[in-house]
Amino acid sequence: MLKIMIIGATSVIAQETARFFATEGAEFFLVGIPADKLVVIKDDLVARGAKRAEVYEADLTDFDKHPQIIESAVQAMGSIDAVLIAHGTLGNQKAAEASVEVALKEINLNLLSNISLLTLLGNYFEKQRRGCIAVISSVAGDRGRGSNYVYGTAKAGTTTFMQGLRSRLAKSGVAVVTIKPGLVDTPMTADIKKNFLFSDPATVGKAIYLGMKKGKDTVYAPWFWRYIMAIIIHIPEFIFKKMSL
Amino acid sequence: MTTPLNRLKQYKSWGRYPTVEHKAIHQIHWRSDLPDVNQFEETVLPYGYGRSYGDSCLNEGGILLDTSYMQQFIAFDAEQGLVRCEAGVSLEQILEVIVPCGWFLPVTPGTKFVSIGGAIANDVHGKNHHRAGTFGCHVTQFELVRSDGTYICSPTENAELFRATIGGLGLTGIITWAEFKLKRIPSPLIDQEKIRFANLDEFFAISAEMDQRFEYLMSWSDCLSGGDSMGRGIFMAGNFYDPPLGAEPSAKKLKPFVPFDLPSIALNTLSVKAFNAVLYRVPLGKRVRSIVHYEPFYYPLDAINNWYRLYGKRGFLQYQLVVPLEGDNEPIREVYRRIAQSGEGSFLVVLKAFGDIASPGMLSFPMPGVTLALDFAFNGEKTLKLLDELDTIVREARGRVYPAKDARMSPENFRAYYPQWEAFAHYIDPKFSSSFWRRVTASAKSANGQ
Repeated sequence: MLKIMIIGATSVIAQETARFFATEGAEFFLVGIPADKLVVIKDDLVARGAKRAEVYEADLTDFDKHPQIIESAVQAMGSIDAVLIAHGTLGNQKAAEASVEVALKEINLNLLSNISLLTLLGNYFEKQRRGCIAVISSVAGDRGRGSNYVYGTAKAGTTTFMQGLRSRLAKSGVAVVTIKPGLVDTPMTADIKKNFLFSDPATVGKAIYLGMKKGKDTVYAPWFWRYIMAIIIHIPEFIFKKMSL
Repeated sequence: MTTPLNRLKQYKSWGRYPTVEHKAIHQIHWRSDLPDVNQFEETVLPYGYGRSYGDSCLNEGGILLDTSYMQQFIAFDAEQGLVRCEAGVSLEQILEVIVPCGWFLPVTPGTKFVSIGGAIANDVHGKNHHRAGTFGCHVTQFELVRSDGTYICSPTENAELFRATIGGLGLTGIITWAEFKLKRIPSPLIDQEKIRFANLDEFFAISAEMDQRFEYLMSWSDCLSGGDSMGRGIFMAGNFYDPPLGAEPSAKKLKPFVPFDLPSIALNTLSVKAFNAVLYRVPLGKRVRSIVHYEPFYYPLDAINNWYRLYGKRGFLQYQLVVPLEGDNEPIREVYRRIAQSGEGSFLVVLKAFGDIASPGMLSFPMPGVTLALDFAFNGEKTLKLLDELDTIVREARGRVYPAKDARMSPENFRAYYPQWEAFAHYIDPKFSSSFWRRVTASAKSANGQ
């Protein structure tokens, strides 16, 4: 059965994805904070059919601990077949504009922690010569917008890093899956007024599950965001900069 | 893996009548992160998937606590058949987990898109009421968070709160998780029999015999044909199918071949009369036997998303009554006559005999007798007047009307149907209220039934 490591396991999207793997009897190594919520998720996955689940509490901005997280996962499960990186914060764009500190904090969690983890995991999977690395990026990384470009920058960086990693690991038979959710109804977006573009986390989780199973390069979740973003990235800049998006 | 929620959900009731404004909606994502309800000036009410028909899931001017995001399983004992999960887990999700392990819900209503919290708060019943009672009969324990603390409730621990919360319409606190017993099944298939009855006499004549033979039993009935064929209809009966060894048909293979019992797209264009006439003739012989998957057997309407829309913007009123089985069952006949006279058609009339298994719920609806569930497009005063007339018949017959489906019964009638309401009210959390509760407990002009 698949041995899956989930980093940022308390993410609702990550949970929904994990539930699909759980019904197949997968094994999990759940990383994140806080420990009591990880245990809630562990119990859920086991009840839904997971063979086992281990929890590992870790603050992902503590980069020095990253090697230890991965070593612990390998030790606990023997090997890792797939990893899903799902942690992140939406942040407050206005606050990030007003404060360098806030802006860099966003970049630190949403981009630099990914680069740290992906560097270590890239080497692990390259050596293993099989497996799947999936990261939840965002459609927000496809084009910078006035309303959340700090978050968008972190996601664009993640997407570009993943592109490069994909080319490198293709030779080793490792799938590198960039996931770009659109608007999803999760605690992260609790304060945003919902409209018809919002998706259910379960729908997004299913798209990620299938994307990881098939080893796709890029997964827009749900699929229609591929077309929305195709339009958005082709709007000429002289018009785009005047739009309030 | 989780039930797709209506993410644009408008916090209405399923019947779309009445519609009210709420002060605020609070989503609860983790059972460990419940808001302290004492911080709110207004009253609160838990809200799940909005499948209650009337105003029992609404809290006009107050706050709704959306529990549908709490979807974690806590434990599933596949040996003993025991599930513990959060209140927002839907019956659909539970079925996905338990059916492959040879278990089924002990009791299920006609839709799987309800939450466990809602199933308890409305003490739902199903086609096996005569054998298994209500859902509340199978609940072993739950956690109830009230404004004054957290309580584990079971038949032996905080037993009074346990009884008040089952069928308590969400007024006694927030159910965060619940544990309940499952039922063993030999396969996900139903050995189904459809049997026609020509009128109410025939229904009552064969109902008792059917109760003996079938674990699951309900009937569709035509409420518009009068005279000799008054109440004609079809029994839909079934038992779980125990396939002979080695001959178990694959449920997946079987499913596409199951014709749905009810027309979907056509529903809104056919007149009720034509609909009923067609439905009555669907099974060709007097008795038709088939093996079907449990989905169309239990949840025919779940195949039609948002079927409340068939009734248009004005919404509809559901009405479910129960009256004791007695003599020639004149009250039921009188209900049929009134409906036929009124010309207000009801598409789906469900007729069933309840059994005598008592629920632990204080304010539970089912009681021994015959139950009839109807829905009426909302045509203003005309519809309300008809239902008031039916209320009187039910009251005189010492029956009850189901709060989960009600949007209009009078305080006087509510108190007559549920004389235990005052005892129940003692367990209501003072921070909790609903539009329904305020309506039926409004100072009655004639509380003594004048």
